Amino acid sequence: MTRSTLALKPVQRRPAAPRAKRTLSRVLIYAALLFWTIICLFPIYWTVTTSFKSAVDVTQAHLVPWVDFQPDWKGWRSLGLSPDTLFGTSTARSEFANRFVNSIITSVGASLLALILGSLAAYGLSRFRYKFAWMRNDDILFFFMSQLILPPVVLALPFLVLYKALALLDTRLGLVLLYTLTVLPIVIWIMRDQFNAIPIELDEAAFVDGLSTWGAFLRIILPLAVPGMMAAFILSLVLCWNEYFFAALLTSTDAKTLPVMVASQTGSQGINWWSMAALSTAAIAPLVLVGIFLERYIVSGLTTGAGK
Amino acid sequence: MRLISMQNSVPVSDDLHHQPAAKRARGSRKIAGRALVLLASLGFLLVLFIQILHTTGTSTAGFSDWRPILIAYPVWAVAFGIGQVLTRGERGQRALFLLPAVFFTVAVVIFPTIFGIYIASLDWNLSSIEGPRFSGFDNVRGMLNDTYYWNALGNMVFYTAAVLGEYAIAFGLALLLSAEIRARKFFRVVFLLPMMLSPVAVSWMIGKSLMEYRFGPAATLARYLGWDNPAFFASPWMARFSIQAMDAWVSIPFIMIILLAGLQAMPKEVQEAAKVDGANGWQSFWHVTFPIMLPVSITVLIIRIIFKLKLADLVINVTAGGPGGATDTVSSFIYRVYRDRSNVGYGTALAMVYLLMIIVLLTVLLRLSKRWTQKIV
Repeated sequence: MTRSTLALKPVQRRPAAPRAKRTLSRVLIYAALLFWTIICLFPIYWTVTTSFKSAVDVTQAHLVPWVDFQPDWKGWRSLGLSPDTLFGTSTARSEFANRFVNSIITSVGASLLALILGSLAAYGLSRFRYKFAWMRNDDILFFFMSQLILPPVVLALPFLVLYKALALLDTRLGLVLLYTLTVLPIVIWIMRDQFNAIPIELDEAAFVDGLSTWGAFLRIILPLAVPGMMAAFILSLVLCWNEYFFAALLTSTDAKTLPVMVASQTGSQGINWWSMAALSTAAIAPLVLVGIFLERYIVSGLTTGAGK
Repeated sequence: MRLISMQNSVPVSDDLHHQPAAKRARGSRKIAGRALVLLASLGFLLVLFIQILHTTGTSTAGFSDWRPILIAYPVWAVAFGIGQVLTRGERGQRALFLLPAVFFTVAVVIFPTIFGIYIASLDWNLSSIEGPRFSGFDNVRGMLNDTYYWNALGNMVFYTAAVLGEYAIAFGLALLLSAEIRARKFFRVVFLLPMMLSPVAVSWMIGKSLMEYRFGPAATLARYLGWDNPAFFASPWMARFSIQAMDAWVSIPFIMIILLAGLQAMPKEVQEAAKVDGANGWQSFWHVTFPIMLPVSITVLIIRIIFKLKLADLVINVTAGGPGGATDTVSSFIYRVYRDRSNVGYGTALAMVYLLMIIVLLTVLLRLSKRWTQKIV
């Protein structure tokens, strides 16, 4: 009863709030949305279009293709990726392709490894009680999470010396191990929330059905945790793909990744804007595609955990 | 001799006398497990020992590098895992969930950190002829007089404080996205995109081309708006703000997406109840949404601060710390100590001191935040 009288209240009040005010707030909301859309998209738009511009168009700040300026494959030709150079031989392209493959292998490899290690640890921490010397579950979790605070500069030099001894310098495996370390805390953080959100009764039902601890995990719980795993994987992928500091320090020729290549190009002064823009576009394209097509997994995977 | 043969006979008898064998079989599994771990440990130590002898020159037998250790460690770890299951049964299986991550982290963090502390106490310059020399706390003493380092730390205070601004904008965007709007999915994807971009690419896309003094669109726009001399990286404060703006551009989506996830997980009834009680938009945000979101907010703020304290790639690639160290972060400064001055020992000492400061700062932050979140809940 009380509820219905309360609910009536705003209906009686509503006429007092004029329609114009609501329209105004709508307009303001969409204006803000549009404003931020421009802020987000303009740098990307500028980079993509600049890769098709010649010097005059850059200096005169021409913006709209076919209206302001005639697009040309200029930037892409210098990378060996324009239609007319695509099937010829190009040293620039083979270098780019090599860096690209390196980036894919290191980031996907590290993300997968972190996902496997992190999911296992997160499941253990969410379901069982561990005791290792003085460390309980919370302490173990804190031990993992505390790796997150290590700034790259602290590890950079020891790793340089260590990798030299292990013959891991300038190898993809070396980068994979290091990147796994940097993203593991985030994976554990997301996956623990994910497993905590899955009721423990499901495990118990699985035990009753005769599944072992690992059987219950692999066949019942893991399939339910896929959204969280996607979110953790994508976040790790983003961090690894974009990592620059370690890659710059620990690779020289064989295992160089895309960010290092981009950075080495910006360093030289006489570089052409169009080729730089083409390179940047190519470097960001894979993750932009990931963002566009897999965005819903990030949000839905994080939602389960963020509620607490 | 007799003992060993008896043990070997146990698994054979297992199938024949089912009931009584079970207990004895467990015992034998225990022994087998212990033996396996012992064997693996001995093997690992043997490889390590041979390699140490080889490296120190006492023995010629050995391997050209330490790679075998790299292989021996996982092998040992696997053997240890199997041993756990054999000796401890169900509890061993449970430990198996945690062990891979623990072994990995210990191997990759503990040794380098200890080694880093050792390097930090060395007087080691790669460009000088003499090799590393132990110097104790000289590096730390040198640090106290290094104005550039303190300057970089001061900049970090600014960058870290700016996280609050990023948070405010991100919260606004998250609220916008959770309002009743059309094309929500489109806006969500667009707002997320900057997070996907590599800071190195961004440092060219925005720092070196959009904000370019002569014909970058941002400079053109600034001129049009009445700023005659739009040099984004010339004066110290302007440069600092420009770097911060770029970093915010890249990192606001991350804060936004976590806050958005929190807003979506929030029970709808709460906000409806506030509306029913006649609260206006601002009141319902300030008295209902914000307090409920506080735990999520604090989590995301702390994570963001942790990442902010690592900020380096933008600064290295856009300004290289300039003008006059105004935009330097600690990481970018140490990077230059390594690369330009080859001063390995000193750089590592700076990094270690920085790590200590971070640990202290975060411990304080975590303590404080625990108090706040408990007050609300």
